[in-house]
Amino acid sequence: MTSATAPPAAGPSPVHRRPSVLLRVWWSDTFAGWAFISPTVLLIGLFGLVPVVWAFVLSFEQNDLISPGRWVGLDNYRKLLHDPAFSNSVRNTVVYTLVFVPVCVIGSLLVAALLNRRIRGITFYRVAVFIPVVTSTVATATMFNWLLDPDFGVVNAALNKVGIASQGFFRDPKEALLAIVLMTVWGWLGFGVIIYLAALQSVSADLLEAAAIDGCTRWRAFWRVEVPLLAPATLFLVIWLTINSLQLFDEIFVTTKGGPVGSTTVVVYYLYVQAFQFFNGGYASAIAYALFMAILVITAIQLKVGRRLSHGER
Amino acid sequence: MPNPTEAPALVKPLRDDDLSQAAHRHRPSPWHFLLLPLSLIMLTPLVWMVVTAVSTPEESRQFPPALPTSIQWSNFADVWAGSPFGHWLVNTAIVSGVVLISNLVLCSTAGYAFARLRFRGSGIAFMLLLTTLMVPFQVVLIPTLLIVKSFGLIDHLGALIVPNLVTAFGVFMMRQFFLALPPDLEEAARIDGASRLGVFMKILLPLMGPPLATLAILTFLSIWNDFLWPLVAIQSPENMTMQLGLSTFQGAHLTDWPLLMAATLMSQLPVIVLFLLAQRVFVRSIASSGIK
Repeated sequence: MTSATAPPAAGPSPVHRRPSVLLRVWWSDTFAGWAFISPTVLLIGLFGLVPVVWAFVLSFEQNDLISPGRWVGLDNYRKLLHDPAFSNSVRNTVVYTLVFVPVCVIGSLLVAALLNRRIRGITFYRVAVFIPVVTSTVATATMFNWLLDPDFGVVNAALNKVGIASQGFFRDPKEALLAIVLMTVWGWLGFGVIIYLAALQSVSADLLEAAAIDGCTRWRAFWRVEVPLLAPATLFLVIWLTINSLQLFDEIFVTTKGGPVGSTTVVVYYLYVQAFQFFNGGYASAIAYALFMAILVITAIQLKVGRRLSHGER
Repeated sequence: MPNPTEAPALVKPLRDDDLSQAAHRHRPSPWHFLLLPLSLIMLTPLVWMVVTAVSTPEESRQFPPALPTSIQWSNFADVWAGSPFGHWLVNTAIVSGVVLISNLVLCSTAGYAFARLRFRGSGIAFMLLLTTLMVPFQVVLIPTLLIVKSFGLIDHLGALIVPNLVTAFGVFMMRQFFLALPPDLEEAARIDGASRLGVFMKILLPLMGPPLATLAILTFLSIWNDFLWPLVAIQSPENMTMQLGLSTFQGAHLTDWPLLMAATLMSQLPVIVLFLLAQRVFVRSIASSGIK
């Protein structure tokens, strides 16, 4: 980068004087560059960077979000370690993530493999799988409230028809979290399918033909040839779905509100309750930072393990 | 991208297995036995929403449930009359419209500058931008609320617009697309004396149609789907967006399922119609960016 001072005049210098073409280019790029990025830098600074620092400060304060806060040092973080309601929310979030992510990844892999063929009506099948992706979380949750209604829901009616007793679903502490998994898998399956279908397009047909000539059955070729080639898509999906399931909130808010008896209180729902029902802004910020760190660590581990696995296969 | 399986098979000389394949074509593929039940299961929540939306409350309280005997169109009118539904629709349109246009302008200009211009401070500005990408929204939620409050925007549509005018993700995505364009394009124009803005507007932007469509769809979906932020930033029913309005509507009509399903159906209709019309663009946008 040149250290020369820029000419003070902003207008283009007359061509015949030409102080130096390089200098002019440097000046015009600096001017144009900052003109292009300054609105973005201001906005991202104000709504991206300032809040990150501010939330960090808040996490060391007792703050009701109305009156000025009081510095309490590490008290909020200490409280996190001894708060049974918080550890309950962590447990629920971990259980949810551990069930949701594998079900969603394997489910979308199989469905994508099913949809990756040219047969009559394939567009209809694809649309049926994709529509839930654009259905909003609140609408999804409202529909599932109705489908899974213990008294009049159509799912219980179907279960009764095959001789299974009616279930409580969202109202049964033992089933509520699984019902949430079911609902969110419905909402996210199409997303995974879109990612896998895009990745499957790049699997070369020659490779599969070669496998077939070597006497490999189609089923074996799928698991031995295609699935390993889909490793980058799988890694991406595992990471992305994990990040999103650790941040689960909307669907809980609309269906169970964390109940019954705390069985679906996940971390972000607990954060929301602390911040906006109990007005513990400082404690809520500590929860947010703990979540942030957990996401960073988990993502780093997944990346590392994922890379090692895909290198080991080569 | 041309798919190898699409290659026309007509020009190949007929062989025995081709003949058997032609015979196959008249028999339905066995995959339908798996695909049909799968798609019916995926569609059940939506179909049942539509069925309930045109039922009477009495019909919805039958167990086991039955199909409605007549279509109760009045449910839709009742939703419209009994809630600020029109406000929610207009608010969502305003917020997503403004946010969409501002993102298209700001993300593409900043993305271009970060991709192509070498200037003092661009490196550090880009690094800071990237760090904000990793931060979950819950971390910035409370301070953002306090900032918006200090602007006097709480319970105004501005609270939903201003913090979303530009997204770090959008800038990053557009930068990647600009990096993928061959630099010779603009160098030729620059030598001919075009300004940076001229090059950007006249030469590069016309090439960025598909990325801009992707950005538009992702921005629209994220605003459309946003819930936590409107929930804490907006209180008055007439200032709510569709998602938030629908959730309060559910709180107010807990067991009136036909009314609730009519509201849910009406709230999803715009985006579902848009999706059916532009399915390919939607799917490509999600596939290329990996964002729901």
